[in-house]
Amino acid sequence: MKERAEEIVLSIQHVKKKIGRKWIIHDVSFDVRAGEIFGFLGPNGAGKTTTIRMLVDLIKPSAGKITVCGYNVNRQQEQALRHIGSIVENPEMYVYLTGWENLEHFARMQPGIDQQRIGEVVEMVRLDRRIHDKVSTYSLGMRQRLGIAQALLGRPRLLILDEPTNGLDPKGIKEMRQFIRQLADEGMAVFVSSHLLSEIQLLCDRVAIISSGRVLAVGDVDELIAGNSDHVIWDLSPAVQGKRILLKLDYCEIVERPEEVLDDSLLAGMPQGAVVTRIHSAHTPKAVTALVAAGVQVREVHRINPTLEQLFLQMTEGERIE
Amino acid sequence: MSNLLPLIKNECIKIIKRKRFYVILLVLLVLVPMFTYAQMKSAERSQEKFNSDWRLELQQRITDNENSLSSDRVPDEWKRYRQIFIQQMQYYLQHDVNPNQPNGVTFTREFMDNAISLFIPLLIMAIASDIVSGERTTGTIKMLLTRPVKRWKVLLSKLIALIMFTSLIVVSTIIIAYLISGLAFGYAGFELPVFTGFRIVGSEVDMSGVHAVSQWKYLLMQGGLVWFVGVSVGMLAFMVSVLVRSTAASIVIMMASLIAGTILTNMASAWSSAKYLFMVNLNLTGYLAGNLPPIEGMTLNFSLGVLALWAICAGIVSFSVFTRRDILN
Repeated sequence: MKERAEEIVLSIQHVKKKIGRKWIIHDVSFDVRAGEIFGFLGPNGAGKTTTIRMLVDLIKPSAGKITVCGYNVNRQQEQALRHIGSIVENPEMYVYLTGWENLEHFARMQPGIDQQRIGEVVEMVRLDRRIHDKVSTYSLGMRQRLGIAQALLGRPRLLILDEPTNGLDPKGIKEMRQFIRQLADEGMAVFVSSHLLSEIQLLCDRVAIISSGRVLAVGDVDELIAGNSDHVIWDLSPAVQGKRILLKLDYCEIVERPEEVLDDSLLAGMPQGAVVTRIHSAHTPKAVTALVAAGVQVREVHRINPTLEQLFLQMTEGERIE
Repeated sequence: MSNLLPLIKNECIKIIKRKRFYVILLVLLVLVPMFTYAQMKSAERSQEKFNSDWRLELQQRITDNENSLSSDRVPDEWKRYRQIFIQQMQYYLQHDVNPNQPNGVTFTREFMDNAISLFIPLLIMAIASDIVSGERTTGTIKMLLTRPVKRWKVLLSKLIALIMFTSLIVVSTIIIAYLISGLAFGYAGFELPVFTGFRIVGSEVDMSGVHAVSQWKYLLMQGGLVWFVGVSVGMLAFMVSVLVRSTAASIVIMMASLIAGTILTNMASAWSSAKYLFMVNLNLTGYLAGNLPPIEGMTLNFSLGVLALWAICAGIVSFSVFTRRDILN
């Protein structure tokens, strides 16, 4: 099995967690393979961080089994954790030490990491100019990069990043994506959590969607997310006439309250008087023809992704139908 | 698997880089001169009064105490304390030894007597109280525990570092007290005899075991006892630091129990089972000097045993909680 290209690095089987009297995680199972970026998508409070904490043995699952490279994380901690590099929540380092001293500190906790390796990871995250400054002077982005350097020190097979783009500027986010992709291309399994659908879409190969402690779906990002996007923004002129025509089409359904289905960022960028519809991609050309035939100018037709809430709604509805 | 030594090195680096130890040294460097100055003033005063004849001074103190014994307003416990004090002073007088001869070594000895139950434990708490809770407050514990090292090893490295710094604090307190007070009183006094071995039976002092030791030996014995108290208090503060997430709460809990100890001690407790509390057992050097124990029936071995028991329990609690607990914050 180990010879296969898609070796399973992380395997989570029927993991449950009870804190106090409350079940926080009901039943979570999925596998993460070498060389893939696996997204862990869910709103805040869905149990993402709790699950991540169980992956790195910060908390013990109440039931179920987690293995990393064949080692049980909760029984053979030393062997399992050797293959994991992680940042849980924020990259909290010792602010009274320099970046380099922080890395030396963590390097001492694992055999086989020398000064040269520390230099390598510093170069990888491009922190060489400020590495000898105290961490207290670092920006959030630099701390994030130092956290990743720390995670990479032990040449892990599995990299766990909790909301890695949090607090980064757009340029930083883009660099982070490229960096993570590069790591995955080198054969590392990368596990990324996020509450942003767009983030997961841009970054991940496969995704598990979690809501209130349950995994709703696991699969390819394209199938799960793109397959569920049937909302289209129309920018028409004149808008009122355009809307009237769209209303008449039986394969097209006008969304009266776009704020319920759109992200805030999309909503803000939406042109004045734009119409949001639910329409299958197969029917879009017909609708455009109908609009043009009626003399309406079509300025823009823009297919959009559903919001996370919507995706959940569709998934849970789907469950009920089945 | 991975060795403990690098882990201990990590902990020491963190303690030093956090400047905790410098703060402790600074506190000593500020306070010891103050005590020295106070001691100098009182020495000058008695010199004027008694014409630098220490026998006269000692005799005066004995008479003062004797007079107060007849007063009805003095509580019985105080009378017992004074009776014992009188007997000891008479012993010194008979053997022609000045118990308070001002010099650096005597100052250090007296300073350690006074520092053992509150001052030194407080200094140790400055390091012990946040050695674990500090990592939880800042969140660095997540990084620390997701490395391939068993949790008990992480905790043990912290405990060893703490004991190392406890020893360092005790040694530096002695050295700083000696060096600074020596400026005022001179650096001599190592060979001076000090009487020890007083046994207190009721309100009488059994002198049969009394013998003189040179002051340097006495100081060494004191140092050992202070170290023992330091390690015990350190272990307790360590446990509180494991149990409590916030460093402030951890300091308050330890401070409150230490101060409760001094209050209980001063109450000359009629509540005899209080002797099993660790905080009334801290004044170990009092047994060397032959002071009346805070509660009847307490001896050096008893106090050592009580402290050891508390420290061992604290260690067991610390390790069993730390290795099992879910890190949620």
